[in-house]
Formats: sequence, structure tokens, C-alpha cells
Amino acid sequence: MAKQAPANALKTAPKKQGGFAKWLPLYVLMIPGLAYLVINNYLPMFGLTFAFKKINYNVGVFNSPWCGLDNFGFLFKTKDAFIIFRNTICYNLVFILLGNVLAIVIAIMLEQIRTKALKVYQTCILIPYLLSITVVSYLAFAFLSTDNGFINNSILAPLGVEPISWYSTPKYWPFILVFINLWKGFGYSSILYFATLIGVDGSYYEAAVIDGASTWQQIKYVTLPCLKTTIITLVIMAIGRMFYSDFGLFYQVPMNNGMLFDVTNTIDTYVYRGLLQLNDVGRSSAAGFLQSLLGFTLVMITNVITRKVDPDSALF
Amino acid sequence: MITSSKAAKIIPNVVLVILTLLCVIPLLLLLMASITDEQTLTMNGYSFFPAKFSAASYQYIFKASQTVFRAYGVTFFVTIIGTACNVLMTVLLAYPLARPGLPARNVIAFLVFFTMLFNGGLVPTYIMYSQVFHIRDTIFALLIPTFLMSPFNVILMRNYFKTNIPDAIIEAAKLDGASELKTLIEVVLPMSTPIIGTVGLMAGLAYWNDWTNGLYYIVKRTDLYSIQNVLTNMLNNIQFLKSSAQQLQGVNLEMGAIPSVGVRMAIAVVAVIPVMVVYPFIQKSFVKGIVIGGVKG
Repeated sequence: MAKQAPANALKTAPKKQGGFAKWLPLYVLMIPGLAYLVINNYLPMFGLTFAFKKINYNVGVFNSPWCGLDNFGFLFKTKDAFIIFRNTICYNLVFILLGNVLAIVIAIMLEQIRTKALKVYQTCILIPYLLSITVVSYLAFAFLSTDNGFINNSILAPLGVEPISWYSTPKYWPFILVFINLWKGFGYSSILYFATLIGVDGSYYEAAVIDGASTWQQIKYVTLPCLKTTIITLVIMAIGRMFYSDFGLFYQVPMNNGMLFDVTNTIDTYVYRGLLQLNDVGRSSAAGFLQSLLGFTLVMITNVITRKVDPDSALF
Repeated sequence: MITSSKAAKIIPNVVLVILTLLCVIPLLLLLMASITDEQTLTMNGYSFFPAKFSAASYQYIFKASQTVFRAYGVTFFVTIIGTACNVLMTVLLAYPLARPGLPARNVIAFLVFFTMLFNGGLVPTYIMYSQVFHIRDTIFALLIPTFLMSPFNVILMRNYFKTNIPDAIIEAAKLDGASELKTLIEVVLPMSTPIIGTVGLMAGLAYWNDWTNGLYYIVKRTDLYSIQNVLTNMLNNIQFLKSSAQQLQGVNLEMGAIPSVGVRMAIAVVAVIPVMVVYPFIQKSFVKGIVIGGVKG
């Protein structure tokens, strides 16, 4: 993203004149934005050191005593540590894989439509993306509620199947959460891939057809190579978020139900519960510390690898 | 465009019609549930074709429920003020960063970019906002954390300025004696409506849909709940009552404390309506925004 910057700087460097005063008004304009970044983004980075403190709100955060790696010890003594890391990473892997495959397939289909229906499709598949996770949790509840839910009452009952208690049966939730995540996000990423596809030069396809390429061969040899950069960029960004999860999806949609924690607890829900519900700041801050650090490391590693393999697709 | 046989062209249409329905139908169920008669709901559950309709839920919201009205007001206030501040701060930070020759420009741009790679996470952020800045239980709790400015949007806008506003135009304005601020307002901004629209839309949607700030920072002042907080709170109360009812069998719970099933669905509909009303008008720029934002700047 910052790639063109050095070239520009070189170009304009000799023009520098008039000194600092000339630029002062521009610096003044930046003050509100920079102040916000300092408060909202940079100060909390230093707060990561709280993970090495035994936080006691009575004496204040800054006066709380240091406790070395105790918090991490506490965290890894519980079986939660394994569960939250496993869930966060595994769900993300599935989301990245299925989400991108689905989006590419739909983008290719969208690209074949040259009627007015295209606009209708585009408009409708983006609707789930616009909904808050709160409303999504209501939609899920309307379908899954044990007593009133659409699935139990209108699908299972006529089939003679006993109602299922969805909100207390963990085995269904990996599928439910993956489904909801795909449902909410596929429109957005499909449109992204679609935007790349409509930029593809039509003569590539014409040439392929003259060479006798079938539909499948056109996709394989023209469409997919054209999408390569977009795919890599989106996947790297997603990998950089590998240790992060959609808090609302894992907290609100399963309605914070303890019976489901085995399959719904992620780093983000764990950190939230520890911090604000269970008053267990120590473990919570240790988990948060690992999340920030591992997330950062992963972005850097992925980017270095990408820069070696395919420099055009690297983020920075 | 991929060339394929006639038969192969039917498949995309069929698939997309199914997907379109899949996206719209859940909202239809929500709408139907909100206008179904309460007794019918309890007996038959949520259905697309309820046996008996009733507007009682909406009457309840409009007449009896102070909570919903208040929360609606709070949400509108926060969305409008928050979006305005967000756009303003984004423009003011992005514009100087796009000006060639500004000393330390690349250092500052990097500092903005870096916040996208690394962050402190919830624990330090929460402790700082609640223990140092004391914004808990104030309206600032809904406005300030996380959503006031997005570093991603700053970089997006800076790249837009860099590629779409020629330096010559800015130099000309300055030769005419215009100040930096005047140049920005009278020359640069009129040329930048697409990106300003995009950033505004993203910020507005984020504010309207946010429920996390209320969850973290609004503890006692439930009158400051946004509409999303009212919704989450209701759903969680029901769950809580249900699980305690299972544990304490026979204990008579005051069910009057939570609104009926239909009312809950009606409030969810009310929370979605503004988004759905605005969406058709902004659909084009929204899609454009996704494209600008997603493809590397």
C-alpha cells in the first residue's frame, strides 16, 4: 500500500523550501486524527504489558504488582487454552477455504449474466452483509428456537421428527456457525472477485474459444489466473486475522450458552468473558497478549513469503 | 466473458435465484413473526404463512415502549454525530498525507498503517477507556472506542487523493493565495465525493450496527443503550430466564419483565428498517465502495 511512496518522495525532495512554517497548517489538520490513533490504538499497545501484572482495580492498574509469567501459567493450566486456540484457528481455516471458493464460484456465475437480473442478484446477496450480528442472532433464533423455531415446527414436525434442542446440542454448532458466516459474508467477497473479473480483457476469452476451449477450460486457463492477485491478497489478509474471530458470531448467535462453549469459545469470547463476566483479568490478558503477538507475527511471515513467491501480491 | 452453451447459461441463473432467496427469506420470516398473533405464535411457532395476523407488537412498541424509542434516538444520534466526526477526521488526516513534499509524510503514513497490523486488543483498550478516561456509562462510550476513525479508510482516502487530485490544481489554488484549509474545502473535497461517500457509508453502517461498545462500557445507564443493545439484552434475558427456570423448577418467574415473542421480533424489524430503506438508494456507491476498499490501493 505504501509502495509508491518512496518514489514520490524522491521526486519532490529537491522542491523542499520555505521551511517548517510552510507545512505547519497541514500538521495542524492532522492533529485530531493522530491524537485519536494515539489514544485508541497506540496506548493500548503499551497496555499489553498488563498481561505480566496481577491486576487489582483497588490499587489501580498502574500500581498493580508485576507477576512475571503467572497469568500465562494460569491460562495454560486450564483446558480452555487449547479449546480457544483450536476453535479460533480451525473455524478461520474453514471460513477462508469455503468462503473464497464459494465467492469465486458465484463471481464467475455473476459474470455470465448480462441481463437486468444482475443488478437484482448483486443487491440481494449483499443484504446479509448489512445486517448487524444482533439481528442475525434473531434470525437464527427464529429458525432454531426449540419451542417456536421454524425448523422444529414447520420442517421437523411434519416429517414426524422429534424437536431438536439446538441451543444445547454442541454437535450442530460447527455447521451452524460456518453456515451463518458464509451466509453473511459471501455477497461481499463475491462482489470483490466479480469486480476483478469484469476488468478482464474479453479478447482472452475469444482467443481461448478459437483454440477450442470448453467452458471449464476457459475458467481454468483464463478466469482463475486473472483472479490470482485478488485471491492471494484476500487470503493473506484473512491469514493475518487467523487468531481473531467475529465476537458477535461466537458470542451472540449461540446466545452465550455455556453448554456450547466447547465448540463456540474462541479467543475473543474467552477474553471478553474473563474480563467482564468472570472477573478473571489475568488469564484474559494473557490470552489477549498471545492473540496480538501471534497475529502480528503471522502477518509478517505471510507477507515475507508472499513477497518472495509473488512480489505483486504482497501487502507491503 | 466466458463463452458457454445455452444450457450452461441457465445454471448461473438458477443458482443465483436460489442464493437471492436464501438471503431474503430469513428477513421475511422475521417480518412475518412480528405481525403474527401472539397465541398463534406460541401454538404454531414462527411461520411464513401465519394463521392469524396482529399488529399488537407494533402498537406496543409505538405506544407503550419508552425503551425502544429512547434506544432509537440514541442510535440515530450516535450514527449521525459519529459518522460526521469520522469523515471529518479521516479527511483531515488523509489529505496532508497525500501532499508531496510534506516532511515526515511517510513516517506518519507508516504509523497509520502499523495500527492495522498490530493492536493491543480488548483488555488494555477496555482498561484504558474505563479506568483512565472514565467513559463508562456516558454517551462517549458509544461514540469513541474503535469506530471514530478507521486507519484503513485513512489509507484508502489518501490513495484516492494521490491518484485523483493532480498536484498542479493544488499548486494553482495556492498561487491564488488560498490557505491550506480553503484549498482542501473548495478545491479538493468537491473532486472527492465518491471516496467521501464510501467512507461515510462504511462508518455509518458500522455505528448503526455496533453493539459491542454498549456491551463493554454501558453498565448501569441502560437509558444509553442503542437499539442493538436493547435487542441483545432481551435475547440474553430470555436465555437466562429459561436456564434458571430449568434449574429452579416450579419457581414462578415474572415473565412480564421481557416482551413477548412477537414484540421482540418487531423490535428487530424496527432495527433493520433504516438500513433497508437507505440501502436501495446507496446500493451503487456501496458496491463501488467495496470494490475501492477491497482492491489494493
